[in-house]
Amino acid sequence: MTGVATAAAPPEAPADPPAKAARSERLRHERRLGLRLSAPAFAVMILVTAYPLGYALVLSLYRYRLTDPSGKEFVGLKNYLTVLTDPVWWGAVSTTVVITVVSVVVELVLGFAFAWVMFRILRGRSVVRTAILVPYGIVTVVSAFIWRYAFQLDSGFVNQWFGLADYNWFGQRWSSLFVIVLSEIWKTTPFISLLLLAGLVQVPEEMLEAAKVDGATAWQRLWKVVLPNMKAAIMVAVLFRTLDAWRIFDNPFVMTGGANGTETLSFLAYRQNVTLVNLGAGSAVSVLLFATVVLIAFVFIKVFRTDLSQVRGD
Amino acid sequence: MEGRRTSHWWTVWGVLILAWAMFPLLWMVSLAFKSPETFRAGTPSFFPDEWTWENFQTVFDDELFTSALRNSFGIAIIATVLAVVVAMFAAYAIARLEFPGKRLLLSMALAIAMFPQAALVGPLFNMWRGLGIYDTWLGLIIPYLTFALPLSIWTMSAFFRQIPWEMEQAAQVDGATPWQAFRRVIVPLAAPGVFTTAILTFFFCWNEFLFAISLTSTDRARTVPAALSFFTGQSQFQSPVTAIMAASVVVTIPIVILVLVFQRRIVAGLTSGAVKG
Repeated sequence: MTGVATAAAPPEAPADPPAKAARSERLRHERRLGLRLSAPAFAVMILVTAYPLGYALVLSLYRYRLTDPSGKEFVGLKNYLTVLTDPVWWGAVSTTVVITVVSVVVELVLGFAFAWVMFRILRGRSVVRTAILVPYGIVTVVSAFIWRYAFQLDSGFVNQWFGLADYNWFGQRWSSLFVIVLSEIWKTTPFISLLLLAGLVQVPEEMLEAAKVDGATAWQRLWKVVLPNMKAAIMVAVLFRTLDAWRIFDNPFVMTGGANGTETLSFLAYRQNVTLVNLGAGSAVSVLLFATVVLIAFVFIKVFRTDLSQVRGD
Repeated sequence: MEGRRTSHWWTVWGVLILAWAMFPLLWMVSLAFKSPETFRAGTPSFFPDEWTWENFQTVFDDELFTSALRNSFGIAIIATVLAVVVAMFAAYAIARLEFPGKRLLLSMALAIAMFPQAALVGPLFNMWRGLGIYDTWLGLIIPYLTFALPLSIWTMSAFFRQIPWEMEQAAQVDGATPWQAFRRVIVPLAAPGVFTTAILTFFFCWNEFLFAISLTSTDRARTVPAALSFFTGQSQFQSPVTAIMAASVVVTIPIVILVLVFQRRIVAGLTSGAVKG
C-alpha cells in the first residue's frame, strides 16, 4: 500500500443535477480511453495471427514451392484433397489424438491427486508447491532431452533398472509415444493441479462436513460433493490442456524427430512449410490444423458448455 | 479437517510429489557432471563415477551456445517487457472501463491462447523473408509478444480487479483525469500484479521452441531451445549427451531462481487468470 491509501475515500459520487452533461462527457472520454488503451493489443493480435492465417488460406489454393517459385499456380482446393487423402495426414491425426487423450486423462487424475495432497497437507505445503513449479517452468526441450536420455540405450538408466536389457524404446511407435507422453505429463501436470487446487479451495467446507455427518463415505463425498462443486474449474483445465496437448511439437521433435509414426499435426505443418518449403500444401495443413482447433473449442464450449466467463473474467 | 493421525500420511504423499518433481532434475544434473569419455565407455549408471565440470567448459567455450544464451535473454526480456506494457493498458481498460469492443478483445485473447502456432509457421516464414526480418531478434519478438498477450491480459486484469478502485475515484473527484488517476494511483498498486505477469510471460518466451527453429537459420537469433536441438557435441566422435545436459542445467537455473523467490506470486498468477479466487 502506498501513502495514497490513507487518503479518506469520499462517499458516493456526488449526484449533481447539472453534472449530467459532464457525466456523459466523462462517459465519452471513458469509451475513447478504453479503445485507445486496448488498440495496441488489438492491432498486434490481428496483424500477427489473423493476417498470416488469411495469407495461409490464400497460399493453400496454390501449388507453390519455394524451391520452384516460377511454378506457382492456382489449383483451387486440390491441396486440401491431396492432404486429406494422404495417410501421412491421418497418421499425424491419430498420433495427436493418442497423445492428447492419454496425457489429458492421466494429468487430470494425477493433477487432482496432487491438488488434493496440496490441499490437505499441513507441513511443507509451500515446499511441494515450489517443487512442482519447476517442471511447470522448465523448458520443454530440456524436459524432452532429460526423458530421452533416461530411456536412450547408450545413456539411460531405465533399461538397467527395470531389467530390460537392450530394449530400444525409440525403435517402435508405441514405446516412443509412451516416452513422449511421459515427458508431457511430467511437465504439464503441475499446471493442471494448480488450476484444480484453485477450484478445490472453493468447495464449501461446511458441505463436506454435512455430508460427513450424514454418513457419506470419502468416495461418495468426492463424487457427490467435491467434483460437482468444482466442475467449472475442471472443464476449464481440461479445455486448456486439451488444446495445449493438441499442439504438441517440442517433445516429438527432440525425442524421435517424428520417426516411427510419432509425427504430430504441428510437426507435419512445420515439416511441410519449413523443411520442405512446400508452402501450398503446407498452408493447407496449417488451415486444417486451425480448423481442428476451432472444432475442439466449439465442442467444449457448445456441447460440454464449458463456462469460459470464468477465464475471461467478464 | 482430517484427524491428526492421518496428517502424516499427507506429508508422505507430499514427499512423493516432491520426488516426482525433482527426480528428472537430479538425472539432468547427474548427466551434466559425467565426463563425455567415461560416459560412452561404461554401462550407464545413474550417478557419475567421478564428477567433472568438463561439460560446462565445453558449452561455454562453444559460440553456438553462448550466442544462443545471449539471444534467449535478449529476446525473452524484450518480448516480456513489450507484452506486459501492451497488456497492461488493455487489462486496465478491461478491468475499469466500459467501451465498445471489450468483449471482442477478451474473446480474441481467448482465441489466440488456443491458436495453433504451427499454423502460422509457413506464412510467417514467408512474410518474414519478404520483410527482411527472418533470422533476427525482431522476427522472434513479434510472435512471442503476440502469443504472450492473452496470458498477460488475463493475469493482469484479474489482479487489477482486486485493486481498491475507490481510490481512483477519490483522485478523480479531486480533479484528476482518468489518465492521471491511472498513472499516479493505480500503477503503484498494480505493480505486484504486473511483476507476476512479467514472470509468467518470461517463462513462456524462454520456453518457446517452434518459432525459434522455424524463423531462424543462424546463431544471429537462435535461442537456447533451438540451439540445443542442433547441438552435436565438440566433435563427431563425442556424444553430445553430457554437453546438452550441461547446457540444460544452465537454462534451468533462471527458472529455479525465479520459482524459489516468487513461488507464491507465480501460483497466484497462474490461477487468478483461469479461476476466480
